[in-house]
Amino acid sequence: MSRAWAAVILVGSATMLLKAAAAIAGNTQLRNAQFLSRLPPALFAALIVTQAFTRGRLLLVDARVAGLVVALLGAWRRGPPLAVLVAAVVVTAVVRQCVE
Amino acid sequence: MQLLRQQDYYQGAKAVAPLAVAIVAIGIVFGYTATRAGFSPFAAVIMSATTFAGSAQFAAVAIIGAGGPLSAAVSSALLLNARYAPMGAAIGPELRGSLWKRALVAQFVVDEAWAIAYLGGGRFSTQRLVGSGLVLLATHVSATAVGAGVGTTIGDPAAWGLDAAFPALFVILLWPHVRKPSGIVAALLGASIALALTPLTPPGIPIVGAALASFVGGNRR
Repeated sequence: MSRAWAAVILVGSATMLLKAAAAIAGNTQLRNAQFLSRLPPALFAALIVTQAFTRGRLLLVDARVAGLVVALLGAWRRGPPLAVLVAAVVVTAVVRQCVE
Repeated sequence: MQLLRQQDYYQGAKAVAPLAVAIVAIGIVFGYTATRAGFSPFAAVIMSATTFAGSAQFAAVAIIGAGGPLSAAVSSALLLNARYAPMGAAIGPELRGSLWKRALVAQFVVDEAWAIAYLGGGRFSTQRLVGSGLVLLATHVSATAVGAGVGTTIGDPAAWGLDAAFPALFVILLWPHVRKPSGIVAALLGASIALALTPLTPPGIPIVGAALASFVGGNRR
């Protein structure tokens, strides 16, 4: 079985089990677990920097940083998500053609 | 009463409409990036149908695509889905029927449907959850199929600048979480931990390490 399929099956089944178990347990106290609200920002920020500044175990700055800047500007100015995404991709491709 | 319930399903489904463009976009981009990262179109579609949470799916695909270990991909995705525990637990007492039926209805606990089902004051409408959840699931899965179809026909992602899609995507997902100071601190800590671990560990492990940032500050808001 490929790593991709293993990830699909493990993440999918664990997520479904988690949802079912949580609903059946039905405990409103859990809503006060504040650390859970800090998981998404911590993980998304980690995914941003690793996807933008690393290749394998190397830290590096390349054309992807241009796309990241565009994405940050777009999110800050509340641009439509799809437009922000496309702009980041196009700018990265252009910068890569010019610089690398 | 029966008519009223049917109306609630419909109200739930209708409430999804303003979100449709964003949901279609997320599905298409996921299908596209997943196939570029080595997932078959069928695997991408099955992941959208079962995991049913864009952010966790993107995290898993990004780590697998970067050559990270399976364990890091799975645990990062599950940490992102950990929010469904309190969300599911909150709606749990509202669910009726057998264990299997409750387990099935609980699958529609996703960010948008949960928000639509919330009536205020700790009360939820199961009908609105299912009505909106069904539309979300159908949209997410079919948009994934479209994106996967496109992904298998376009060439090298780096040449097109498509490797910038992931960081941009995670910026969009991050944004709503950095309005509060606690979110900003968690994001900065998470990014720092991830960069510090990158030279020392295989790809993907820095993401799991960054999750530790969320435990800093204990249980305060």
